[in-house]
Amino acid sequence: MLELQGVSFETEGDNGTEILNNIDLKLLDKKIYVITGPNGGGKSTLAKIVMGINNPTAGKILLNGQDITNCNITERARLGIGYAFQHPPRFKGLKVGELLRMSAANNPEKVNPYDLLHDVGLCAQDYINRDVDSGLSGGEMKRIEIATVLARNLQVAVFDEPEAGIDLWSFQKLAETFRNIHLKYETTIIIISHQERILELADEIILLVNGRISQKSEKEKILSLILQNNGCLCSTKCEKGVGQSAQFVG
Amino acid sequence: MLNLLDRLMLEKVADLHEIPQGAYNIRKNGQGVQKNTTANIDIINKKDKPGIDVIVKPYTKGESIHIPVIVTEENITDLVYNTFEIGEYADVVVVAGCGIHNTGSRKSQHDGIHNFFVRKGAKLKYVEKHYGQGEGRGEKILNPKTVIEAEEGAVVELELIQIRGIDKTKRDTEIRLQDKARLLITERLLTSGEQEAESNIVVELSGADSSAQIISRSVAQDHSRQIFYFDLVGSNKCRGHIQCDAIIMHKAQVLSTPKISAYHDEGQLIHEAAIGRIESEQLIKLMSLGLTEKEAEETILQGFLK
Repeated sequence: MLELQGVSFETEGDNGTEILNNIDLKLLDKKIYVITGPNGGGKSTLAKIVMGINNPTAGKILLNGQDITNCNITERARLGIGYAFQHPPRFKGLKVGELLRMSAANNPEKVNPYDLLHDVGLCAQDYINRDVDSGLSGGEMKRIEIATVLARNLQVAVFDEPEAGIDLWSFQKLAETFRNIHLKYETTIIIISHQERILELADEIILLVNGRISQKSEKEKILSLILQNNGCLCSTKCEKGVGQSAQFVG
Repeated sequence: MLNLLDRLMLEKVADLHEIPQGAYNIRKNGQGVQKNTTANIDIINKKDKPGIDVIVKPYTKGESIHIPVIVTEENITDLVYNTFEIGEYADVVVVAGCGIHNTGSRKSQHDGIHNFFVRKGAKLKYVEKHYGQGEGRGEKILNPKTVIEAEEGAVVELELIQIRGIDKTKRDTEIRLQDKARLLITERLLTSGEQEAESNIVVELSGADSSAQIISRSVAQDHSRQIFYFDLVGSNKCRGHIQCDAIIMHKAQVLSTPKISAYHDEGQLIHEAAIGRIESEQLIKLMSLGLTEKEAEETILQGFLK
């Protein structure tokens, strides 16, 4: 179980902007949580805080009761936290097969890199010996990134907009893959997404707006709420996104 | 004739575990110590100056020539002139590594001047590895100069590798490509400590439909300094591409000057040059797989220099 207690995050500097405000979350094993909400709401920051890429300015993070707030990225990775980047980095001279073998190195189960590529909809023979560099498209990079997380036997797996750049044909496969991990492992899965089909995989949906949890409940409730809500999600009072002292043009 | 240390040096610079098959000439501390020729490849000592002439008969296929140089004494300055005649339509590999083991306080230096004539339709792969070891204060210096004339339709591939160990190096490479000749240069360099490395490569694309590609990747660590100068000169219908990438770390310096010069309206020349630190996202990605920062850094550098 992953627990966030009063987690806040502000950017550094005198004019630090508050990105996350007092987040409390209890995320259970073998559940899929989808975090959604408007752009700039703090979703990616929350994911990075779980992995240890950003450190919270206040609050605590606990993994199965152990305080991991001060653990660095490597330590958290070794405790079983994984993170699929929204924009995965490229590596000159590193092959797809090598990256996957590195990812699976500490997995007690035998993992076959060919199967991993198949699970993310890539033909293994075409990709295993290719460099993870600019020769791969954005969509290919995303799939390989997801495969690096699937390669590990994780307590907590975070996917930051996994569907971005992935074509419709492969989308179904991706959804199936998430469902399979869900069935097979005890992993807590956290997916940041705006896609209805990903939202449908969720046991619970967390709506994050302006750095606060606006809603957290079963998917049916939130889905209907999102579909009904035709207002805006501004932090200050306004009329459909227009500030009260707005200047009009024309 | 060859002791354990010599064998280690041979392994480092030429991937040789034993005396090589085929033609070879092993030079140690300024003197030729062992030589072998084949039916197709002759090696003749020069009469007017130190060095050898390597003559590969036309149509020789799949043979290799190893010409490693090992320097295991201090206070040596070895200058050698080697000439290679690669006959028409031959296809050979030349491995010319140099290893210096200097435990003394005075310098050890080897300057190799290599002249290649790659005749019509011939294929040459030339591998040059530099390796240095020894804890002494004596400097380990290597200054190779390589001049290649590639005739019509010749294909030349150069692999220039120097990973640590050499205190000072100045590498000059001059290549002229005639009609339809093709060239690929891959250069890999890592300097650390107070090391200095300079690499100048000038390629003249003087033949119609000649093409050249230079891929240079280097890592500069500690207080080391690297200087690159590449010039692709297109004086005919030709294609040329320079890609140079450097990773800079610590207090190192990298000065890179990629230059392209066109003297013909059908010359297509491109240069790309980049110097930068290891991207933090790359480190974070590998750390998120359980590697420490140090391991992540090593993995990135190893891949980059592969």
